[in-house]
Amino acid sequence: MTVCQLVTRELAYRKWNFLLAVLAVAMAATTYLLTSALLKSTDLTTAALVSRKVLDTERAMLRLEDEMRKAMKGLGFNIYIFPEDQDLGEVYDKGFASKTMPETYVEKLANSSIITVNHLLPALTQKLTWPEQKRSIILIGIRGEVPLAHRNPLEPLIDPVASGQIVLGCELHQGPGFKPGDKLSLIGREFTVAKCHPQRGSKDDITAWVNLSDAQQLLGKQGLINEIQALECNCVTIDRLAEVRKDLLAILPGTRVIEIGSQALARAEARLQAGATAAQQLASVKAQRSELRTQRETLAALLLPLIALMGLLAVMVLALLNVRERLTEIGVFLALGIHSTTLLAVFLLKALLSGVVGGVLGSALALLGIAVCRVRLFDGHAIAALLDPSELAWLLVSMPVFAASAAWVPSFWASRRDPAEVLRHD
Amino acid sequence: MTENLLQISSLEKHYPAQGGKVVPVLRGLALTLRPGAFVALRGPSGCGKTTLLLCAGALLRPAAGTVLIDGCDPYALSAAARSAFRAAHVGFVFQNFHLVPYLSVLDNILLCGLAAAPQPALATRAIDMLDKLGLSHRLRHRPAELSTGEQQRVALVRALAGGANLILADEPTGNLDAANSRILLDTLADFASQGGAVLMVTHEPAASDRAFTRLDMRDGYLHSC
Repeated sequence: MTVCQLVTRELAYRKWNFLLAVLAVAMAATTYLLTSALLKSTDLTTAALVSRKVLDTERAMLRLEDEMRKAMKGLGFNIYIFPEDQDLGEVYDKGFASKTMPETYVEKLANSSIITVNHLLPALTQKLTWPEQKRSIILIGIRGEVPLAHRNPLEPLIDPVASGQIVLGCELHQGPGFKPGDKLSLIGREFTVAKCHPQRGSKDDITAWVNLSDAQQLLGKQGLINEIQALECNCVTIDRLAEVRKDLLAILPGTRVIEIGSQALARAEARLQAGATAAQQLASVKAQRSELRTQRETLAALLLPLIALMGLLAVMVLALLNVRERLTEIGVFLALGIHSTTLLAVFLLKALLSGVVGGVLGSALALLGIAVCRVRLFDGHAIAALLDPSELAWLLVSMPVFAASAAWVPSFWASRRDPAEVLRHD
Repeated sequence: MTENLLQISSLEKHYPAQGGKVVPVLRGLALTLRPGAFVALRGPSGCGKTTLLLCAGALLRPAAGTVLIDGCDPYALSAAARSAFRAAHVGFVFQNFHLVPYLSVLDNILLCGLAAAPQPALATRAIDMLDKLGLSHRLRHRPAELSTGEQQRVALVRALAGGANLILADEPTGNLDAANSRILLDTLADFASQGGAVLMVTHEPAASDRAFTRLDMRDGYLHSC
């Protein structure tokens, strides 16, 4: 006869006591694993949601960038580069610069590595009288955008005008009745109408666009321009104009730079606003998930000790009932010369077994529970992601210890019984 | 083996009572059992017969006096050593048998193996004894499947199979019919005749008549009949 044989035969004889102890341990194990899985599920879902949200935000920001770029293209150029000695008051007063600068400036800028501006458009602008039509017009000579050497060519904001052709604003073609293909004379030179713009409600309505070289010839300013228009890049910095100015003046020292404030500001603000909204949405998702985790953590903090305590008490009470039922048996064991340490081992081995079986059963129940409620409670995460094998191993080791600890006091009490006291009253 | 299997001298034992008083049960009692002794101990209920058995069996430490079993004072030993000593030298037979309900007849006897060093011959000895007592067909039966007489015979084999040379029996025939009592008493007498010693508490005249010596217990002392 061995201690193990004695324990297994007693287990078979008092099945219910053992089964109840196993169930108590299993309940504690299942609750622990399910709670842990629930918290893991929350974390996994949060990580997935935040990751998706970040991705969505990045995509939305890219889309917004693109839309902004297109919108800004619609708004037109917002950076103007004038000769250094140009009086800006005159520009604001007359609508164009009287001073000129070499056309080569634009090549110099295009061949630089500047990134704070793009869409470079050299122009020669002058307000004059159209003698043939006897009216004031703004003549703009353009040659099309000059691509930046270090960048892929961008879609131009404004189409170039071919030599010998002219594009007319609304007031310039409506009155005389010009239409595309018509021939007209401007300061003694014949042009073919290439395009007639609809009404824009701005000075564009009295503007005529011709090829830059044609304008330079008409105005006697060969090789000269009086402005370079550009589009500020999408970079958002604290002081973007200062940055643009710094870059431009480093390349073109003999110039001065102005920015059309409202357009640039609207652009930057829109970008900042979109970014802030996205960040706010992300923060909101994180806050919601964090609150959910806190709720579940609070629940776990209450539930786990409660279940552990209940399990502990249940195993302890069952062990106590068992030893009380076996008091005479204990007295006989001691009278037969079986040592109290052997008796303690008998009781603790039984508790250990209930811990082993309860741990295995509890783990199986938790696995089953997760499998059944995976979609409803655990957001469809894989079981492998919800239950860590090391955690499972730890539980299977700790449950027997847990059960033996719970049974320690009754077992110790039983093994220290005075056999004479038991047998004398029998 | 010493000359005396059990030697009790000046044995005193008292139990605490209400009001801080004590109730004396054994008052300087003396008893010696040599090999071959079969002593019946009689006396009214509560006179201390069972207390004497427990003290003699190294289960209940006396207040004063000495108990020597086979020349050794078990109360001078540590708890672990006393358990082992008891397993090797003393066998108990109880009125209510006290068989372990979830063990078979054979396992109830092999239970003694948990108490001491492994005894390879224990199973063989147990089977022989059960056979002699007409229980060879009951080896795998549980106590609940046995008659009271059979249960007491199993308890007797449990007491004897461990190799004890001192048997302490407390009302062993109290729950038995005449036929089973006779079997049990004959077995105890045989055991004594073969060099063992038996101290049996009993109320039954038939049982005390079967013993070789009869003692009465009164007022905490032993008196020869």
